[in-house]
Amino acid sequence: MPPILVTVQEAIGSDGAIPCRILSDSGRSDLLYLSFSPVRFVYLKRITNAALDAAALAVKIALGLIGIMALWLGVMKVAEEAGIIAIIARAVRPITTRLFSDIPDDHPAIGAMIMNISANMLGLGNAATPFGLKAMEELNKLNKHAGTATNAMVTFLALNTSCVTLVPATAIAVRAASGSSDPAVIIGTTFLTSLVATVFAVIFAKVFQRLSVFRVREKEAA
Amino acid sequence: MSILREIVTIISVLAIPGLILFFLVYGQFKRIRVYEAMVEGGKEGFTIAVKIIPYLVAMLVGIAIFRASGAMDFLITGLQPLTDLIGFPAEAMPMALMRPLSGSGSLGIMSEILKTYGPDSFIGVLTSTLMGSTETTFYVLAVYFGAVNVRNTRHALPTGLLADFASFLAALFFVKLLFF
Repeated sequence: MPPILVTVQEAIGSDGAIPCRILSDSGRSDLLYLSFSPVRFVYLKRITNAALDAAALAVKIALGLIGIMALWLGVMKVAEEAGIIAIIARAVRPITTRLFSDIPDDHPAIGAMIMNISANMLGLGNAATPFGLKAMEELNKLNKHAGTATNAMVTFLALNTSCVTLVPATAIAVRAASGSSDPAVIIGTTFLTSLVATVFAVIFAKVFQRLSVFRVREKEAA
Repeated sequence: MSILREIVTIISVLAIPGLILFFLVYGQFKRIRVYEAMVEGGKEGFTIAVKIIPYLVAMLVGIAIFRASGAMDFLITGLQPLTDLIGFPAEAMPMALMRPLSGSGSLGIMSEILKTYGPDSFIGVLTSTLMGSTETTFYVLAVYFGAVNVRNTRHALPTGLLADFASFLAALFFVKLLFF
């Protein structure tokens, strides 16, 4: 179907048929015209639909998280009580003391952040989020200004969003589905790209936290 | 290289069942009340998930309007002289712009681009690398900060977006260097 008709279909909210009038040229019997009634406010209608759909989608995403969150936070609690999280935190202490200078070495936030970042590296998005949110909660316990991000939070999120990727699972799946001769060929470029991005993310986070625009304002925080 | 790839793939498949098994067995070994601890920890899942809803609504609605209104296409056209200057292909621009905004949106754009230009073309490999190498910055910020009710995010957004920009340039560089 020509794009213009798709737009008309969308604007009148029909999935299939588009009503039209058939006109005939009075002089000629072998010619017929199709006349569509004009459509208006195409973009505004799109915006309305998009906004309402997005609001519904947000709830769907959040509710979908409940089960996964409950599972991983439960497993995490077991690991915490058994002392596994503390062991992991101790193992990566040389790195974390430099990245997160304002967090005590043995703080539970460290273990949760490590779990989150490891899960991200392996492309396990579902498992990463619960660990990450747990890490944010732990970081927030050290926050002196509720409602305002701490330096550690921003550094953690910078690491998280740019995260070094060993297995870009989703991208490989889409490539395979679209008939690539070697779907996994992007592992190399993805790894190098994300490595560079991570280095820059940490540098940006560390530089920006010193700028006066981003400093914590006492009265706003109070 | 292919052996390494195999190892990495096996690790990522084993990770979730292995992790659950290891944690629970180790907990049992350490004489932790495993079931009680799991249920206790899991309780928080509901509160956290519900807490992020308003943050997620605000972010997703804003992005949806940005896309549906045509503002994004407008921005892509406006940025073209700049991207031409650094040699970033115009065909991959929708992906670069969508990646930080929406995970499902960029997935859609990626499938579209792979269909049009082929998954093993320069544009295809570049787009796949962009998809794989960064997270959806806006989504992560909304969800993670939402979970702890942080509204003043300070330097988080500029840091995330500049890191994304760095990763676009790095992707362009490495894809050209290694393949084309």
